[in-house]
Amino acid sequence: MEETGRLNAGEHRFRHLLLRGLAGDAPAYHAFLQELSAHLRAFLRKRLAGLPDEVEDLVQESLLAVHNQRHTYDAGQPLTAWIHAIAKYKLIDMLRRRAKRELLNDPLDDEFDFAMAADTDAADARRDLGKLLAQLPDRQRLPIVHMKLEGLSVAETARRTGMSEAAVKVGVHRGLKALSALIRAD
Amino acid sequence: MRTDDLVTMLATGAGTAQPNPAPRRYAIAVGWGALGAALLMATLLGPRPDLAAALLRPMLWVKLAFVAGLFTASLLAVLRLSRPGLPLVGLAPALGAPVLAIWLLALITLARADAAQRAVLFFGDTWNSCPFLVALLSVPAFIAVIWAMRGMAPTRLRLAGAAAGLFSATIGALLYSVHCPEQDAPFIAFWYLLGMLIPTAIGALLGPRLLRW
Repeated sequence: MEETGRLNAGEHRFRHLLLRGLAGDAPAYHAFLQELSAHLRAFLRKRLAGLPDEVEDLVQESLLAVHNQRHTYDAGQPLTAWIHAIAKYKLIDMLRRRAKRELLNDPLDDEFDFAMAADTDAADARRDLGKLLAQLPDRQRLPIVHMKLEGLSVAETARRTGMSEAAVKVGVHRGLKALSALIRAD
Repeated sequence: MRTDDLVTMLATGAGTAQPNPAPRRYAIAVGWGALGAALLMATLLGPRPDLAAALLRPMLWVKLAFVAGLFTASLLAVLRLSRPGLPLVGLAPALGAPVLAIWLLALITLARADAAQRAVLFFGDTWNSCPFLVALLSVPAFIAVIWAMRGMAPTRLRLAGAAAGLFSATIGALLYSVHCPEQDAPFIAFWYLLGMLIPTAIGALLGPRLLRW
């Protein structure tokens, strides 16, 4: 009983951070995502015991998915159910991609050893999202670089890029979705 | 990029999230789907000549109630399957209830009819075109509903595709019943249902490909 009580209190706080974040509270949203990445890492590490070097990539992919789909959270629903459904979906998607790849090129024993060795620094992602970001077209990449990496406002980003404010917002939104699609095609 | 940097990047300038867009997206999809089906029906088939008289008799309303029941239940399924982690309890009974009701009515109709009449009640005049025309009129709604669902985050793609297919099929069937002259419960219970199961099956088949995110 005490265990579930503690869990509920934790979930309650976690959910509160997300709801405040969705309402526009940036520090709360940052705290939510930070807690979420630790949560996702534990969740995925348990389920990817045989593929430790995939964990951090999948943590990042799931973080991006949660952010892109944050409008699908139903405030009446347990937050962990929503997060786990997204993480599980991305996990299965990744395993399918791997299975398809391995059907195409026979996995070598060397490759397997390399995967095992990567266990110690599992906190480093193998896939560099920065490189994928560079592949996006300018109308998506520049708004993301200015707004999300340099922290400029919508208005400043619009001035620097010569885009309209609406186009900047659409660029960020579509760009993050395109980034998720690039990961899938990776 | 390190995960902490990604977290900072995602949080920076995130603004407010749009409130649940599902009702609006599906309302748009129903509108375009119904408009497309109405145009197809009007140009290819035309309304039944005795439509005004049929509206005064109960059987057209039974047919509409059956399709409307499935419309409501499949809409519920579409909404639940559009968002990650929502429970699916209650969907099977909701979907089964209209089907069981029309089957029961069909059985009663067949049991009370003369043996010679039963084949007529079951096959009507249009059994060989009805399922395909229902499926055909569902195409605009199918495209619109899949578009709407692609803006959401279904995680069970086969089920979500099937629900989208059935939902669009009920829109096609509603518009088809403006043309269709068949009145008898046995006909509706089998051939309409079969027609609606065609887009459902196509949705289940294509769901994993069309709805992936």
